[in-house]
Amino acid sequence: MKKLALNDEILLKIDKPARYIGNEINSIQKDPAKVDIRFAFCFPDVYEIGMSHLGMKILYEMFNRRDDVWCERVFSPWPDLHKVMKERRIPLFALESQESIGSFDFIGITLQYEMCYTNILQILDLAGLPFLAKDRTEQMPLVIGGGPCTYNPEPVADFFDLFYIGEGETSYDELFDLYKKAKKEGWNRREFLVRAASVPGIYVPMLYDVTYHQDGTVLKMQPNTKGVPETVQKQVVMDFSDAVYPTKPVVPFLKITQDRVVLEVMRGCIRGCRFCQAGQIYRPTREKRVEVLKKYADEMLRSTGYDEISLTSLSTSDYTELEELINYLIDRFKDKGVNISLPSLRIDAFSLDVMKKVQDIRKSSLTFAPEAGSQKMRDIINKGLTKEDILHGAGLAFAGGWQKVKLYFMLGLPQETEEDMRAIAELANEIAVRYYEIPKDQRNGKCQITVSTSFFIPKPFTPFQWARMYDKEEYLRRARVVNDAIKAQLNRKSIKYNWHEADVSVLEGVLARGDRRLAKAIVSAYEDGALFDSWSEYYSHDRWMRAFAKAGIDPDFYTMRERSEDEVFPWDFIDDGVTKQYLLREWKRAGQGEVTKNCRMQCSGCGANRYGGGVCVENQNQVS
Amino acid sequence: MLKIRIKFRKYGVMKFVGHLDMMRFFQKAIRRSGIDICYSEGFSPHQMMSFAAPLGVGITSDGEYVDLEVHTTMPSAQAICALNAVMPDGMEITGYVRLPDNAKTAMSVVSAADYEAWLKQDYEMPKELCEYEALQKKLDAFFTEPKEVLVTKKTKKSEKVMDLKRLVYDFRILQPQERYFNRPAFYLNVCTGSTDNVKPELVLEAFFTFSGVAFDPFAVQVHRRDVYDMDASGMRRSLLDAGEIVGEGEN
Repeated sequence: MKKLALNDEILLKIDKPARYIGNEINSIQKDPAKVDIRFAFCFPDVYEIGMSHLGMKILYEMFNRRDDVWCERVFSPWPDLHKVMKERRIPLFALESQESIGSFDFIGITLQYEMCYTNILQILDLAGLPFLAKDRTEQMPLVIGGGPCTYNPEPVADFFDLFYIGEGETSYDELFDLYKKAKKEGWNRREFLVRAASVPGIYVPMLYDVTYHQDGTVLKMQPNTKGVPETVQKQVVMDFSDAVYPTKPVVPFLKITQDRVVLEVMRGCIRGCRFCQAGQIYRPTREKRVEVLKKYADEMLRSTGYDEISLTSLSTSDYTELEELINYLIDRFKDKGVNISLPSLRIDAFSLDVMKKVQDIRKSSLTFAPEAGSQKMRDIINKGLTKEDILHGAGLAFAGGWQKVKLYFMLGLPQETEEDMRAIAELANEIAVRYYEIPKDQRNGKCQITVSTSFFIPKPFTPFQWARMYDKEEYLRRARVVNDAIKAQLNRKSIKYNWHEADVSVLEGVLARGDRRLAKAIVSAYEDGALFDSWSEYYSHDRWMRAFAKAGIDPDFYTMRERSEDEVFPWDFIDDGVTKQYLLREWKRAGQGEVTKNCRMQCSGCGANRYGGGVCVENQNQVS
Repeated sequence: MLKIRIKFRKYGVMKFVGHLDMMRFFQKAIRRSGIDICYSEGFSPHQMMSFAAPLGVGITSDGEYVDLEVHTTMPSAQAICALNAVMPDGMEITGYVRLPDNAKTAMSVVSAADYEAWLKQDYEMPKELCEYEALQKKLDAFFTEPKEVLVTKKTKKSEKVMDLKRLVYDFRILQPQERYFNRPAFYLNVCTGSTDNVKPELVLEAFFTFSGVAFDPFAVQVHRRDVYDMDASGMRRSLLDAGEIVGEGEN
């Protein structure tokens, strides 16, 4: 039996030792002597979060299908273990082999949210690597980043030798083959990186120089080495139905955040909400054939033993063969004790009917995400949803027996006035009114409406990438406006209000649209103890403000400015498939409150049709 | 509906998987294996499954039991194979019997467990405890000779004084062997179950303290050999004896 990297005493003293032992069903063991490439796939957060992530499962499967690669998993050691590893100088290890990752060929780190950036440094620190790519020596692993945050990799660019921009399914084989060639032919680190920079989707930060205007904005970014492309093309897998999928995912011992079989039915979203980054970067919308999904459902339930399956996508209601898929799952698995979970369904007659079949309505709540309270604001953000839609959906739900409703909104959106903030409270009240219109003998006591607001954070490659943010005080003032308005509603006793922390949102805003100069502040925050910043119990805003001050950075520069139309963004060197002209057009339409139709109703000319697939060719296929 | 009892071993890195996680692990393993288990009614049906006696994190075992209710069964040998095919390293199914319909659950009949315990390799044996003969004498003085051996069991809420003479059925020193890293080890047979439950660590701590040695719980590897049912006369009975092996053609 394998010797663990941590001894019994450490494992018995820390919380949840099963996070660190590996050995799970479907985890993959290989003989290190028989592989050419050791790859440490790191998720910079705790095990239970990282193990829930679909992208990691897909790439784990894909890499390990190659006989010459052994991909293993690494998660951030929780602060209790972090302390022990630092004190006793225990190197960070991969779960499968329990071996130190400091001697691996690649350390891959997936960046799912900005608040994990200090955890990147923890990985490098515990692996024994210098934080800055330029300080690494020939024998050290190559540190590669991926995931949605790499659509603006600049704040963390100095920490990575290379990034993979876009969907991992397409270019890793080419990169691995190139690496093997490099090893065989004895290229040095830099030679490899220069050649890797020509692999589609690969970005090597140290091969680009950035210059700035006097006012601090980017003047230009250009390659400093011959043969390195000026723009990096995002990767997108177009034969989506047949793309690799993890039909034997690792089954954790611990209860993880998404502890179920996950079936990705579709990638991308046809809706084009103007605040949403995922809705832009995953264009064009692609579906998996329903027959493929049925087969996967069977295989995955069998290989894992899970008793729950969840359909996932950005907007599952838009999956064209949803009804057939759900009916199949219910017919086949309902009597076998399998729960079917359906997140991100639009509330309508069909979805309510389905939910009644698959869940206990007394216990479950329905979720609506109007995102904004007033119609004016919903038009600005291009949320194609009217008040009538929402009230009608709520009415159907109440008639169907539900009495708990969750509502999600954003505050701080462009052009938001106090009237728009109060409209959130008014909408919640109208939903409650709809409930109390049901005769008393036909309803079951009070309804419970939970209103949650988060603060809007402009993200790269969205129509709102030009928008400004506000400071903490202003966000809290807006939350108070909503709170006071809810208190003034007739049905206030049926409405509960939660709002997100404001200071974290400000930091997220800085990191989301920042540039290379931020790396210094991130290092400084980590050295001052910042870690697990996405966990409120570990987040310290003061620590980050100290870090910015020390690095000579004014965070307001990144958050409080509306960008001019001709500003060069730090992420402009990436071609994410949609054009900047389209995004700007959408930004201007938002300014006028003009709604843009979804991809199925009318093409908005975003540019993603160049990939020649997905929703862009759907109708053409039907015609021919 | 048929009642089935499974016996299994838990060792190696699996000792770090706690009892609640083990229960969830088994639910999935049963599904993977194709065992025809019964589910409860309702919107969130659960498997008809219950464990004999929880095993603490860090402890290994050769004698763990879980009871199932199934619609149909394979022959025992085949069921054991099917289950072992879906087990990770550190888990092994060693028994599968069909119980009579009126059998009580393993949980309700468990009344004793035996353990061995030894110092882990990385830890030095305190010199007071190194020698088999000397150790035996100390044990006589601590446990064998006195009429009562009182220890205080501390829980989060209360303290309780227990008489080990009544709850520890057997306490012996084991001769050095390779698996104990050639040092003497301890054997304990203790009362186990829902009314009175004695943890071997508690007994060892009392003995170490009596011997003038500080007890380090991380230094000791506790291993459960088996758990037992006990009849009125105090005869121990293996939990598998309550059932019959399912032969070929009996299903």
